Amino acid sequence: MLATEDDILSQAESWKRAGRGVAIATVVETWGSAPRPVGSHLVIDDEGRFLGSVSGGCVEGDVVTEAQDVIGDGKPRTLEYGVADETAWRVGLSCGGRIRVYVERID
Amino acid sequence: MRLDLLKALNVERRARRAAVLVTDLGGGEQRLVKGDAVAADPLAEAIDRQLRMGRSGAIEHEGVSYFLSVQAPPAQLVVIGAVHVSQTLAEMARMADFDVTIVDPRTAFANEERFPNVRVIAEWPDKALREIGLDRYTGVAALTHDPKIDDPALHLALGAECFYIGALGSRKTHGKRVDRLTSAGFGAEQIARIHAPIGLDIGAVSPAEIAVAILGEVILSLRKKPLRAEREKAA
Repeated sequence: MLATEDDILSQAESWKRAGRGVAIATVVETWGSAPRPVGSHLVIDDEGRFLGSVSGGCVEGDVVTEAQDVIGDGKPRTLEYGVADETAWRVGLSCGGRIRVYVERID
Repeated sequence: MRLDLLKALNVERRARRAAVLVTDLGGGEQRLVKGDAVAADPLAEAIDRQLRMGRSGAIEHEGVSYFLSVQAPPAQLVVIGAVHVSQTLAEMARMADFDVTIVDPRTAFANEERFPNVRVIAEWPDKALREIGLDRYTGVAALTHDPKIDDPALHLALGAECFYIGALGSRKTHGKRVDRLTSAGFGAEQIARIHAPIGLDIGAVSPAEIAVAILGEVILSLRKKPLRAEREKAA
């Protein structure tokens, strides 16, 4: 199935060609124990469909939501996630690491 | 990201060519640096380093944060000879994320029953290696012991940028091989690229142990030594 980085970026291209709004989220930095290495991609379309991963499933939901704003206004955003903690983060990583994710629209 | 950049990036990936997408994390500007244009880029040194490690990463340059998204093709290991050592080597290399291809014209050796999980090409190396395409992300291990099969593969590997070339055989066997390659017109420096006797010196005895020694040497060459093109550039 569609799982490799190759497939993910190809899918992003074909979604965009099909006329959908598309954003790419990339892990740009990790600290401590992080589930996915720097460079991992998640692609999201304007209906919330997504492919790939930036964590082990812990923060994808939030990235997909944020991506809708990016698709809407075209402004890239950098998101940061750390240990799951209601007061500091809306969602977090149970593994104890921290990640920074860059989200950009395909134009 | 502009669609044309994404499209160009996907073209490079499919062609097994390295490329790096450089993103200014502050302003969002991006450019695609293809493998053969790295030296001319202002961030050449950092791009080079990330490319060699096959790893994406964030860097600082003159006060600006950049993200280098590295698209290196997966390393491939081409094993000449569908022999006993190759059976273990193929499995272990596959587990270590190499794209593995077995090449051997002898169909009694090169068949899917003996190599169920990797690509098997039952052809002479001349034909098979041209079909596979040797690049800087390719390692070649010649394991047949038969000069008729190993030598043509070594000729092609020496003519390409392969990150690793190894050949099975004792020092004496390799001495004869060096003579043959010299007669064929290869220089001493070129021939010195061949790891022989093959494998890290861990006292390997069984086929599986020899496979470990070879795979260790392949990984060492991939991760630690500067790639040949870069050595030449530096020279």
